Amino acid sequence: MKRSASRVQFLSFIMVLLLLQGCNAAPSVPAAASADPDRPPSIQEWMRTKGEDVRADKPLVIGFSQLGSESAWRMANTASVQEAAKESGISLLLENAEQSQPKQFEAVREFIRRKVDVIAIAPVVESGWSGILQEAKLAGIPVVILDRSVNVEDTSLFVTTIGSDFYEEGVKAGKYLLDRMQNQAGPIRIAELQGTAGSSPSIQRGEGFRSVVKARTDMVITQSAPADFTENKGKEVMRELLQVPSEERPQVLFAHNDDMAIGAIEAIKEAGLKPGKDIVILSVDGSRSALRLLNDGELNAVVECNPLLGPLLMQAAKEIMAGRSLPKRMIPPEDIFTQERAEQAIQNRKF
Amino acid sequence: MLLNRKYVPVLVTFGLLAAMFAAGSLRYTGFFSMQVLYNLLIDNSFLLITAVGMTFVILSGGIDLSVGSVIALTTMVCASLVEQNGWPPAVVIPIVLVMGSLFGALMGAIIHYFRIQPFIVTLAGMFLARGLCYVISINTITIANPFYTRVAQTKISLPGGFVSINVIIALVVVLAAAFLAHYTRFGRKVYAIGGSEQSSLLMGLPVARTKVLVYTLSGFCSSLAGVVFTFYMLSGYGLHAMGLELDTIAAVVIGGTLLTGGVGFIAGTFLGVLIQGVIQTIISFEGTLSSWWTKIVIGLLLFVFILFQRVLSERRISIKS
Repeated sequence: MKRSASRVQFLSFIMVLLLLQGCNAAPSVPAAASADPDRPPSIQEWMRTKGEDVRADKPLVIGFSQLGSESAWRMANTASVQEAAKESGISLLLENAEQSQPKQFEAVREFIRRKVDVIAIAPVVESGWSGILQEAKLAGIPVVILDRSVNVEDTSLFVTTIGSDFYEEGVKAGKYLLDRMQNQAGPIRIAELQGTAGSSPSIQRGEGFRSVVKARTDMVITQSAPADFTENKGKEVMRELLQVPSEERPQVLFAHNDDMAIGAIEAIKEAGLKPGKDIVILSVDGSRSALRLLNDGELNAVVECNPLLGPLLMQAAKEIMAGRSLPKRMIPPEDIFTQERAEQAIQNRKF
Repeated sequence: MLLNRKYVPVLVTFGLLAAMFAAGSLRYTGFFSMQVLYNLLIDNSFLLITAVGMTFVILSGGIDLSVGSVIALTTMVCASLVEQNGWPPAVVIPIVLVMGSLFGALMGAIIHYFRIQPFIVTLAGMFLARGLCYVISINTITIANPFYTRVAQTKISLPGGFVSINVIIALVVVLAAAFLAHYTRFGRKVYAIGGSEQSSLLMGLPVARTKVLVYTLSGFCSSLAGVVFTFYMLSGYGLHAMGLELDTIAAVVIGGTLLTGGVGFIAGTFLGVLIQGVIQTIISFEGTLSSWWTKIVIGLLLFVFILFQRVLSERRISIKS
């Protein structure tokens, strides 16, 4: 039919026009007017070319492979990196891998191809990184590891790890528990909600916690299950953990992050128990919603895990480009919040 | 001739791929480089191998949902045998290939001799394989064996850039599969069974043997993809390749293979995998879009292709009558 054919032609013409508008030419920079490259320019030449020839320093380009957007902590981390990049005038390429390690490999490979100045990776799991880090090393691009750590034999494959000391966070939670339970006779049953299986915060918080709790032999971790650091999974897994006869129910819950603790608190309330009183609840992160629950008495202690790593990352990138060496591990300052200090701490929370 | 009706779906796929690549090159600087194409192949080599196996299964009129789980099981078995038991890779790799093929053969036998829907049997196979991964180990097992790290880091230079060994393996598999499908009796039997199983049975073709062989081939391709995945990820983990079976089926369908069977080309599957990769690359170049847009675009494309296949097959029927 002729009319529909000409309509198709017209539409495809419009489409071609729309596509072509993407390839506008970059504004051309006037070339320097020096006659002989070996002879230093004369004063007249220098004065003529100085004004036209100055071009702004190319901004630093950082490629950041973020691992996902599963929790409030992660969103605060991403926002902090984006804000810090904007403030320091650094160009940021952000790729969200939605919890998939192959997508992180693709993102890093893309950064290598685009020849960014620094690559930052927040690795979703610890293992399997030596291949892609070797590729970045061969391409001559320094790598900074953010938040979680990588488990590689050759530590020269990355410059530094910027992130919290997860082991220490587990230790702080364990110390609070020992303190709190010092007058309570055993046996004390502890349930643990782990994060994403195989991720370093989960592994190390668990190890730190256990290293302190084993001082009391009547404190036993009777139940432990991964809940992916999300609120939904926390509620689901807690519901399952509570389905034991009431003599075997846990008296303490150690959740590896706030979102899982919040979900678990809902499950505990549904089971007819009082969170914070029947079950002592410890969590890690320090989000505003968790501190509110802390203030209401439904949480007992929250260990801080600082997500605002943006400024540290930008500073590290600038130092790397300036050729200075950095410590292998950079740890932001962190604290533990209890019910008494909750109210005044809420104001200062940025996430 | 090129305009033969049976080539139309593959030509449409190729046209779509060319259009997308052209649009990307016009819109983004740095898109039109060979390394972008090579990176695409590097990052999707295991998907390509799996999709080739899946093409044979879908051509025969069945489906195989267990591919992602067999990949994960392969990585887990490789990692645990090489790292924890210290076996040499030269022994482990043939063992897992045989394991994958036997797994596929078992599923094929159940599908044919008990006359159960392939969907159900391979679904059960999927759960079984994934569960076996967790029996071996819940946590990741890192692979530090020098053979694996050397293979992972080898770069083969080609004009315009470099590729990895995985890409070479994938391309060899694609070529071998194309030969198998179009120039051997086995390939013709697969197409015949996909076209009509009853007719093939009446014609005297060995339907039972071919069907079991098709699923064995798919199992072999899945475990080979698992070996390639191990080189890529350097770890064994139960959560590897989650949902890969769906990406594979999408690639095969976008490549022009009819889900009802009997129609399709290996070249089409190759183009389908490339299209998925190009969409992902465009979205990462765009920068502002979430990577979930890839899934949305693939979903829409799948829908369009299935409609297109329906229209084409209806036209064929109406012309005959």
